[in-house]
Amino acid sequence: MASISLKKLNKTYGALTVVHDIDLEIADKEFIILVGPSGCGKSTTLRMIAGLEEISGGELKIGTDLMNDVPSKDRDIAMVFQNYALYPHMTVYKNMAFGLQLRKASREIIDTKVQEAAKILDITHLLNRKPKALSGGQRQRVALGRAMVRSPEVFLLDEPLSNLDAKLRGTMRAEITKLHKRLDATFIYVTHDQIEAMTMADRIVVMKDGHIQQVDTPQNLYDRPVNMFVAGFIGAPQMNMLPCVVERREETFVAIFDGRELPLPSHFDKVRIAPYEGQELVLGIRPESFHELPPADIPSENLAAFKAVVDLAEPMGSEVHLNMTTGGRNLIARVSPRFKAKIGDEVALLADMTNVQLFGKETERSILY
Amino acid sequence: MSISNTASAAGRAPAIPRNRIKVLSKRRRRLQNALVAYSFIAPNFIGFAVFTLGPILFAFALAFMHWDGSNAITFAGLDNFWRLFEDKAFIAAFWNTIIYTVVSVPATLVCALGLAILLNQKIFGRDFFRTAMFFPYVASLVAVAVVWNMIFNPEMGPVNMILYTLGLDPKDMPGWAADRHWAMVTVILFGIWKSMGYYMVIYLAGLQGINSELYEAADLDGANAWQKFIYVTVPQLAPTTFFVTVMLTIQSFKVFDQVYMITQGGPGTSTLVLVYHIYNEAFISWDLGYSSMIALVLFFLVLAVTVIQFRRQRED
Repeated sequence: MASISLKKLNKTYGALTVVHDIDLEIADKEFIILVGPSGCGKSTTLRMIAGLEEISGGELKIGTDLMNDVPSKDRDIAMVFQNYALYPHMTVYKNMAFGLQLRKASREIIDTKVQEAAKILDITHLLNRKPKALSGGQRQRVALGRAMVRSPEVFLLDEPLSNLDAKLRGTMRAEITKLHKRLDATFIYVTHDQIEAMTMADRIVVMKDGHIQQVDTPQNLYDRPVNMFVAGFIGAPQMNMLPCVVERREETFVAIFDGRELPLPSHFDKVRIAPYEGQELVLGIRPESFHELPPADIPSENLAAFKAVVDLAEPMGSEVHLNMTTGGRNLIARVSPRFKAKIGDEVALLADMTNVQLFGKETERSILY
Repeated sequence: MSISNTASAAGRAPAIPRNRIKVLSKRRRRLQNALVAYSFIAPNFIGFAVFTLGPILFAFALAFMHWDGSNAITFAGLDNFWRLFEDKAFIAAFWNTIIYTVVSVPATLVCALGLAILLNQKIFGRDFFRTAMFFPYVASLVAVAVVWNMIFNPEMGPVNMILYTLGLDPKDMPGWAADRHWAMVTVILFGIWKSMGYYMVIYLAGLQGINSELYEAADLDGANAWQKFIYVTVPQLAPTTFFVTVMLTIQSFKVFDQVYMITQGGPGTSTLVLVYHIYNEAFISWDLGYSSMIALVLFFLVLAVTVIQFRRQRED
């Protein structure tokens, strides 16, 4: 069983602490992704799990065994590095076989395992080549193959797709997800790309400045971010943040932005909102919540009219990103390519308030969850 | 606003009217480009031609001549070449040079690599030790040789004193530079000690160029320190080792200064090497034709070894 437990795990370099007492429970066979901006401590955390970085404090358990001082080779883990770290002087076959050779596996077993992994990854025809004769995508597969042949309980992947082009990245995303299902092992994956995180993970760990911000399923992170950082990090283009004041209107609440009353949906927990009545908050509206016409499936009381001046229209093919200004604030909306708007036009859009977020102005924490 | 106004407003030089632009032919333009390139190469090439290429070609020609440096040069044909086979000193120098190269090249290489690995670790006083190891390479050879002779003095040198303290019989004590059986060992040890600091620096650069992720991958694959050295460090240092081997081989075949300073080729011919023999024949015996023939032999020897090394490297 390869559940992983991190308790008050921290990493310091002299006076500098890069990972602050993080707690995380990873279930056996789970696909968990650590995501965050550069320098957030996600790779350091992965490297501590791998045994490549000394643990400064706290506890790391794989299964029920304490692993703090166990060498990497004895942790039953395999790792795929960002730059693949293939041995340049060895052929693909030898690269994949090396770990088993060092573990004194028999030649027959090595050959069976290498051929089997090569077949799964479709690299059988590359086995006699050296890494320099491979493309980025092929190297990536070999790196995965090298990890697979040892049949470890835990796979650690450190930004394995960051050196691939966008198209190949998409293909490999799907392949790694399938591989996880097939291998039935625990995957811990590090990336700064939120699309990778959203599409592949069972659960996502969002990190910032060495602290875990939120651990949840991709959909929950999108729908119920606990703070402004998570709300801004998950979703592209990122969530619009507008200053507002919450006021009561009979049985419901409204958010007042730039003199306009924006209705807050009736399903919001009024007990949670009530203490903030009359206070300045931050209203989060995702760019995809804006519509040119009222959508049929959204009740009209959840729609709020917005007027804004277009600064820039970025056509993406399937949609257009409108960069606009309203009430002295920048606003981004994802609209249909049929919606023709020119720079300088004042456009009228409807915001679906069903999934808006409310954050404390000082604390930056959600007041809804 | 006109185009010319825009250009001057931006601070650019005004465009030259089309009818004033000289249209050069393709051939003339190529010649002009070549002349510019040659003008850059010329100062270096003139120096090389006068001080290196000229003397080399002259020495090649002189190998087939008789000349004592003052009288007229006379054609010797292959006389100097046949003389090589009867010259016992040349035969001794040839084999001594081979022995020196065969022993000192791998020994220096191993010492330099060992030192580089050691001084690539985070150890106390690392910078001091790196400097100390490099120092013999830049120190004055005369001063170093005097100290070396003192240390290895058979009667009063500290090395023999230590051996005596360790219980070695004074009769069995090595005579070092004064003993025909130990003289070559002394010269080789001196050569290794003097060169290893320089090659250590080259190996250090090579070690620091190895991707640390390879060691981490090897850690995860289950490699111990020795296996990491054999399967990661050694192959990754192959280009450095090739460079060091070629340079050391050439340097060893050309060994002269330490022999001159420590043993003067003796006792007997026990440390006589090719370049020292060339020096003797040229400037002691004033037989410049014969000494040029020995130089020619040395040239082809070095060329052959270097070509073999390059071929092997390419095959690898």
